[in-house]
Amino acid sequence: MKPIWFFVGLLLTVLGLVILATGVYYIFDPAHNRTVLSGLHPSIWWGGIMLISGIIFILTNKNKIVE
Amino acid sequence: MNAIGMTFIDWLIIAIYFAFVMGIGIYLRKFTKSEEDFFLAGRRNSSWVAGLAFLSANLGALELLGMTGNTFKYGMYVAHFYWIGAIPAMLFLGIYMMPFYYSSRIKSIPGYLKLRFDEKTRVLNGISFGIMTLLVSGINLYAMALVLHTFLGWQWDISMWISAITVAAYVTLSGLMSAIFTEILQFFMIWFGLFLVSILGIIEVGGIDQVFQRIPPAFNTLWSTSSDPSQNGMMVTWGGIALGLGFVLSFGYWTTDFLVVQRAFSARDLKAARMTPIIASFFKMALPFIVILAGLVALILANDPHSGFKLLHDGNTVNYDSALPLLIARYYPSGLIGLGVTALLAGFMAGQAGNISAFNTVWTYDIYKSVINRNASDVHLLWMGRAATIVGIIISLGTAYWAKTFPSIMDYMQAIFSWINAPLFATMLLGMFVSWITPNGAFYGLITGMASSFIMFLGLKFQWISTKLLTFSDVTSDMAANFWRAWWAWLICFAVTIIVSLFTKKKPKEDLVGLVKGLTKETVENEVPFFRRPEFFALISLLILIILNIYFW
Repeated sequence: MKPIWFFVGLLLTVLGLVILATGVYYIFDPAHNRTVLSGLHPSIWWGGIMLISGIIFILTNKNKIVE
Repeated sequence: MNAIGMTFIDWLIIAIYFAFVMGIGIYLRKFTKSEEDFFLAGRRNSSWVAGLAFLSANLGALELLGMTGNTFKYGMYVAHFYWIGAIPAMLFLGIYMMPFYYSSRIKSIPGYLKLRFDEKTRVLNGISFGIMTLLVSGINLYAMALVLHTFLGWQWDISMWISAITVAAYVTLSGLMSAIFTEILQFFMIWFGLFLVSILGIIEVGGIDQVFQRIPPAFNTLWSTSSDPSQNGMMVTWGGIALGLGFVLSFGYWTTDFLVVQRAFSARDLKAARMTPIIASFFKMALPFIVILAGLVALILANDPHSGFKLLHDGNTVNYDSALPLLIARYYPSGLIGLGVTALLAGFMAGQAGNISAFNTVWTYDIYKSVINRNASDVHLLWMGRAATIVGIIISLGTAYWAKTFPSIMDYMQAIFSWINAPLFATMLLGMFVSWITPNGAFYGLITGMASSFIMFLGLKFQWISTKLLTFSDVTSDMAANFWRAWWAWLICFAVTIIVSLFTKKKPKEDLVGLVKGLTKETVENEVPFFRRPEFFALISLLILIILNIYFW
């Protein structure tokens, strides 16, 4: 079967992409983003970290099979 | 009283997580062919997989919310639960106890009691563990519904039933393997979903130095105020922390609770099984960087009149559990809120799945096969494991509705743990390290320890006995009483087991080979360099623990 790390990568990639996209949207529509420290755009860099982590997990495990 | 508003994106993120969990259950179904696949995940996991699952099985969202709230209430003392209250026990399990557990090829902790002592001790522990698991599972379910209802405004019944059905579906499909897979997803969800709260909190407060400067002195130390219980928020002495929490409750939970130990049994070999709790210990030590920091940030913000931050109130009572959800609402925009809520949901569901997968194993092997149907085939046991999962979930739903009538959840949780785990640790310790302990000694010691813990709980609750009698202090708290009650229950079980063993029939020594230290050939890994052995990693973990305790003394 595929190792669990592959599925971790898939999940982080999909969620990271959604969060990053939301963060980019808020740059163009800041009125809907009124949280404390919203000027730091946490969705962008945190979503980006998730996306990169997810891609690393996928790439390092895509060809691995565990017994 | 909704603290968090959800948008379409947040719901989408929750839906993606649920789809993943169900998809993994269906994917793993084709790899679950034998009863060992279902109950022990085929014994093929690496130490990293088993180690992260070992930690995650313990890491329910109830603990995340509760410990953040407790930090607000008690300060840094809560870190004792993650450091002295966990790490020494996890390392002891990996170094000293795991060789006996793993090498005897048992499928559960009661299974060890059967081999070391006899059938009646196994059944006693199997039944008490089964009851405990279902009660804890129900309380988790109830707590989840409470959180979702309070902070998101969701319907009680709907949130409980959806989560219960999801857990039932994926555990029934592929047993421990899908429970472990989802526990690892949960581990990543918790770190990615909640660590950002601490990071943003530190940024808002002005840096980590400011965090420790702006909280009261009694709240930012670990040990320096422990000689006088009136000087610390938890109102406990160092003796209560070291003996009650650091020794009995911690060792009782981490070394004998099948819920966590089952994950180590799923490892592919003895070395991986020994490394399982050792790897988990590093991540356990890191968790205060989520919960303790978030709790301290909440405390600082609540004391700052310009922050606009204050905890929710239920009537005149402060709702300390609201600290973490309120910080999520403060810092997280739409999208990240979905991630934070998913982290909490994942925590609840993984905790639920952990309880249910432990219950179905103990029911099937230690009660059903042991007492009801001794000749059951492997195929029948696999079917029984799946049936036990569904029945266990239904009973958990019943106990969840029952838990709604409890005045204080944590009160009952602590009572349950010190009832089962504290005396069992005395039985296991004597059983593994003293060869002349007899089956009757273990059985009557265990019964007396469990009964004394329960009687002390009732005695304190209804004030039949003075709290000072247990805690040696006029100033005390429920938490301090829990620590001391666990210590006395352990001591009573320990003493009764020894006394009864002196007068009853011993098992032949040849029956105890592989089960007791001194009668078992030591596995020395001479060909493996020291820096690759579990002992080396345990030593590093212990050193980090000592440094953390000295730094925050």
